[in-house]
Amino acid sequence: MMMKPVIEIKDIRKTYHVGEIDVHALRGVDMKVGAGEFLAIMGASGSGKSTLMNLIGCLDEPTSGQYFLDGIDVSDLSKNAYADIRNQKIGFVFQGFNLLPRTTALENVELPLFYDRTHRIRDPGSAATEALERVGLADRMDHVPNQLSGGQQQRVAIARALVNRPSILLADEPTGNLDSRTSVEVMSVFQELNAQGITILIVTHEQDISRYTRRIVTMRDGHIMSDEAVKKRLDAKTVLDTIKDENG
Amino acid sequence: MKQLKRLLKASFRSILKNRMRSLLTSLGIIIGVSAVIVMVGVGEGSQKRIAQEISALGDNMIIVFPSFSQRGGVSRGAGSFNRFTMDDVEAIREEARLVRHVSAVVMSGGQIIANGNNWNTQIQGVDPDFKFIRIWKLASGDFFTERDNRSRKKVAVLGHTVAENLFGTMDPVGQKIRIRNTPFKVIGVLEKKGQDARGQDQDDIILAPSTTVLNRLKGDRFINMINASATSLEEIEKAQNEISQILRRQHKIEYGEDDDFFVANQTAITEMASETSRIMTMLLGAVAAVSLIVGGIGIMNIMLVSVTERTREIGIRMSVGARGSDILIQFLLEAVVLSLSGGIIGILLSAGIALILNTWTDIYAVLKPVIVIASFTFSGAVGVFFGFYPARKAARLNPIDALRYE
Repeated sequence: MMMKPVIEIKDIRKTYHVGEIDVHALRGVDMKVGAGEFLAIMGASGSGKSTLMNLIGCLDEPTSGQYFLDGIDVSDLSKNAYADIRNQKIGFVFQGFNLLPRTTALENVELPLFYDRTHRIRDPGSAATEALERVGLADRMDHVPNQLSGGQQQRVAIARALVNRPSILLADEPTGNLDSRTSVEVMSVFQELNAQGITILIVTHEQDISRYTRRIVTMRDGHIMSDEAVKKRLDAKTVLDTIKDENG
Repeated sequence: MKQLKRLLKASFRSILKNRMRSLLTSLGIIIGVSAVIVMVGVGEGSQKRIAQEISALGDNMIIVFPSFSQRGGVSRGAGSFNRFTMDDVEAIREEARLVRHVSAVVMSGGQIIANGNNWNTQIQGVDPDFKFIRIWKLASGDFFTERDNRSRKKVAVLGHTVAENLFGTMDPVGQKIRIRNTPFKVIGVLEKKGQDARGQDQDDIILAPSTTVLNRLKGDRFINMINASATSLEEIEKAQNEISQILRRQHKIEYGEDDDFFVANQTAITEMASETSRIMTMLLGAVAAVSLIVGGIGIMNIMLVSVTERTREIGIRMSVGARGSDILIQFLLEAVVLSLSGGIIGILLSAGIALILNTWTDIYAVLKPVIVIASFTFSGAVGVFFGFYPARKAARLNPIDALRYE
C-alpha cells in the first residue's frame, strides 16, 4: 500500500518552555505517511498528538529533527514559507469548524485561494463550487455558518480544506463537536474523499472514529506507542444505513 | 491589483458589519477634518475681507503717524513727542511732487444734538482732499471746500448712520446740528460704506473742516495724523520718501537722527493686518489638527478591540495560508478606509457648514482646495499611522494561539 511518502518525519522533538519548566511534548518521533493513506493519530490529552499535528500542518516548527513534506525538507523555514506551504499543500479541518462568521459558505471555501500567490487555480469561484459539490453542499452555497447545522458547517470546512488541492488533509478532532450520527456522516465524507485518492490524517481520541480509517498511530508521552493497520474497518455508509433501520 | 480590490471589498464589508461602531470611530476624523477646513476657511475668509476693506480704504493711500523720537536708541521720553501741525500738511502739499492729495486728520468726538435727538459719535476734522484719499462719495449735498476750510466754517458732512439716527428718513442737508453746543450746518451726507474689517461701523462719523475742528472744537494746534495719496501705486515708495524728507526738515531732525514720525502705506497696512489674521488662521488650523489626531487615537483604540475580537478569524486566515503581511495589509486597509471615509464625510460636512455660514451669518469662509486636499491626505496618514500598531499586532499573532482563542 505504501507509495512514495507524502510525510516523512525523522526523530522530531518539540520542547515548550513554560516559565522555568521545559515541557517535552515530542521526544523523538519517526513516521512515514504514503500518498492515499487514511490514518488516525490517537492518544490521551498530553500525549503529544496535537503537537505532532501542528508540526505536520506547518503551524509550528520542531525544536529538532527533520520533516519532509512531498520530499522537501520543511524543518526550518521562514514564517512566510510556512504560510505558503499551508496554503499550497495542507488542508485543515478543525474541531470547532472555524468558519468565518457572517460569510457565505462559498466565500469561506474561496478563502485559501485568496492567499494563493501562485494562482495555479484560475477560477476561484468554480473551484470553490466544485469543492462544495464534493461534500454534498451544492445547495447551501449562499448560507452563512449560523444558518447551517454542525455537520453542514464541518462539511463546508472540509470543502475549504480541499479547494487548494492539498497534498494532505489534516483534521483535528473533526467530530469532537458533533453528535454520533453526524460524526458518522462526516466520516463518510472522509472515506469518500480517501477513496478518490486524497491523503487524510485525523487526530482523535475516540476509538469508534479511528475505526473508519485504515491505520492507527497511538501516542503516549511524546512517543509513538503503536502503529498498526485497522483490522475491522467500519464503512460509514453501511453504519448510516443501520442507524436508519434502527430508527425507521 | 485584483488582490487589492478584494482586500478593499473585505475591509468595506467588515466596516459595514459594525455600522454604528464604524460611524462613531470615523466621527473623530469627520469632526477633525471639517474643523480644519472650516477653521482655516474662516481665517482665510477674514483675511480676504480685511484685504478688501483696506484696499477700499483708498487709492495708493499713505498714512503718517507721529511717533516717539529717539536719539542713538535712547528714547527722549514723552516731552519729545512731536505732533504734526498744519504747517507740516501745507509743506507736503506744496513740495511733494509725487503726492496727489494730502489731508490733515484731527480726531474729536462728542454729543450731537439735532432735530430733538442726540447721538454720540466721532468727529474727524479733515481737508477737502480727504474725500479723494478715502474715496468717500456723497449721497446728497456737497463736501466742504478749501474756502470753507480756510475760513473755519462750521459746516459738517454726516455719515449714513449719524444721519439716520438724528434725522431718520428726512434729508439732513441744510439742517442745523449742535456738536458739543457749537452749531454746525449740515451740507452733505456720505454714501453708506458699511463695517470695516474689525466690524466697526465706518458710517458712524461726522466730517468737518480740519481748521474748524482744530480751532472751534479742540482749541489745539496739533493734528493727529496725515493722510495722503501717491500719484500712482508705482510711485508710492518714492512719495513716502518725499514725505519723510519734508517732515524731517520741518521737524529739524538732523542727519543721523531717527524720524519722529512713522510713514506707512496701504500695502504695508494690508500686510500687517493679514499677517495677524494669518497667524490666527494657523492657530485655529493647528487646534483643529489636534482634534484630527485625537480622532486617529479613536481609530487605533477600535482597531485594537477589533484585532482582539477577531483573533480567531486571524488564526483561520493564517491556517489557510495568509502571511503576516496579508493580515497587516487587511487591518491597515480597514483603518485607512475608516479614516478616509471619515475624511470624505468631513469634507462634505465642512462644505455644508461653509455654505450655511456664508448664507446665514456675517462670517465668511473660503474653502481652499489646498486645505481640502491636505486635510484629506492628513486623515489618510492618520489612518496609516494609528492603524499600523494594531495591524502589526494582528500580523504577529501565532496561528496556533489565534486558533485556540475563545
